[in-house]
Amino acid sequence: MFEASDLNIHNQRAEKLWRLLFLMMTLLLILPVLIILGVLIHKGGPMISIDFLFTEPKDGMTAGGIFPALVGTVWLVAVALLASVPVGVAAALYLSEYAPDNWLTRAINLAIINLAGVPSIVHALFGVGAFVLFFRFGTSILAASLTLAVMTLPVVIVATRESLQAVPQAFREACWNMGATRWQTIRKVVLPNSVSGILTGIILEVSRTAGETAPIMFTGAAFFLPFLPQSVFDQTMAMSLHLFVISTQVPGVPEALPFGVALVLITMVLVMNAVSIAFRMVLRSKKKW
Amino acid sequence: MASQDVAYAIETEALNLWYGTFQALFDINLQIKQGRITSMIGPSGCGKTTFLRSVNRINERLGYVRTTGSIEVLGHDIYGPDVELVQIRKQVGMVFQRPNPLPLSIRKNVIFGYRLHEGPHRLGKAQRDEIVEGALRQVLLWDEVKDRLNRPAIELSLEEQQKLCIARLLPVKPAVLLMDEPCSALDPKGTEAVEEMIWELRGRYTILIVTHNMAQARRASEECIFMLLGKVIEHTPTGELFVTPQNRETADYIEGRYG
Repeated sequence: MFEASDLNIHNQRAEKLWRLLFLMMTLLLILPVLIILGVLIHKGGPMISIDFLFTEPKDGMTAGGIFPALVGTVWLVAVALLASVPVGVAAALYLSEYAPDNWLTRAINLAIINLAGVPSIVHALFGVGAFVLFFRFGTSILAASLTLAVMTLPVVIVATRESLQAVPQAFREACWNMGATRWQTIRKVVLPNSVSGILTGIILEVSRTAGETAPIMFTGAAFFLPFLPQSVFDQTMAMSLHLFVISTQVPGVPEALPFGVALVLITMVLVMNAVSIAFRMVLRSKKKW
Repeated sequence: MASQDVAYAIETEALNLWYGTFQALFDINLQIKQGRITSMIGPSGCGKTTFLRSVNRINERLGYVRTTGSIEVLGHDIYGPDVELVQIRKQVGMVFQRPNPLPLSIRKNVIFGYRLHEGPHRLGKAQRDEIVEGALRQVLLWDEVKDRLNRPAIELSLEEQQKLCIARLLPVKPAVLLMDEPCSALDPKGTEAVEEMIWELRGRYTILIVTHNMAQARRASEECIFMLLGKVIEHTPTGELFVTPQNRETADYIEGRYG
């Protein structure tokens, strides 16, 4: 009575086929990641040493280490964060906690989404016009970092707003009904309960910033500069641009060198992503609702 | 607001309220006595909750609400020109259907409202502890939680959470407590405990309870208001409303002919 009919068998076969197809697509997705990592480790791995990380490039960048580029990337990311995080978090707080639902708010939201889609080379040109020339910062860490900040602002805003909106509305209602102002509500209830999500968003943004090349190319990153920057008004080398330069612009670079640089760069990004995931897991397990 | 001697805690005159074009309240004239427990009953959609939410003006957060007429709390018009919403919320506390403790410890939940209004003169720890204990004792929760004041409030049972939500209103010394079906998320035992607690509070606060549960209105209130389709049909002492209702609609409703 309950045996499979022909139709059942047909359906089951289709079911298996679709499942297999979706699985293949998923595997296809992670394949490039695995190949990239594999090749980088295989070809660049032998390059990695303490010396490689902590000495300057030598012999027309065909030998030596990457220390100035490593330090430069840290500077660029740090200054970009100092600029984009306060602005981004404040904007997200306004949009999530204060803004009425009207055409202006909707227009701002639309603008943020569109800003996220602007190509990075366009941001680079904007950076040259605005920060290098108009504000007279020259080609400097400041100009490059501000360009990166403008570019990553939408990411910070969207990530922050999402974590703010994950805080249950009932908590806000409870505060308002005790006579709390919006700001008291934000400070005592909304922020403490969304800080994990906000930090995660910020760390993810850091990793994105570290890898960008175009926006810093004309605004502050140097081709070759074997000194460490002394202030935000100096130019600096950066990992991403250094990789571009030694891969395409300099003759006689041994094949392993660019792979070594790429491996360090991708390790920085992956470590930051891992930190952000770990962070989120720890904070989430502490959540009290 | 030093008018403790007025007879009515809440007095409305010709109160009409619209949600957009839908009129939810029609010409409400109510006088709710100071220090009494008054219940509001009526079928769903009759305007009980809308009325309740007008008394501390949280209705306004929905942008499309329009009100005419007046509401006075302790003899002061709450829609007057120099009224500060924060001051209304201090005098008129609100309890919701679902307990909504904040994701903080029990102690911090109780002291939260107080600290919002505390200003620059911080109290010492001993005085704070006194406030916390006083509030928790009033809602009959002190003995159950005194040894775990630093535990998250979310660990409490629903009944205890609801008591906590009432306790945290008390440190700012409100005059009026509005309760919107405070027991509807609780089991019968929890309901009984919360009702008993509310009954203990009578005399000290003016309490207005919206309820779907007629037995609850009958047990736990001194006066009762029956509403239907946005109008007040009857407002009498609870005993009279249930024994000798004056209106046909009231009689039909309390006998369960419609709900």
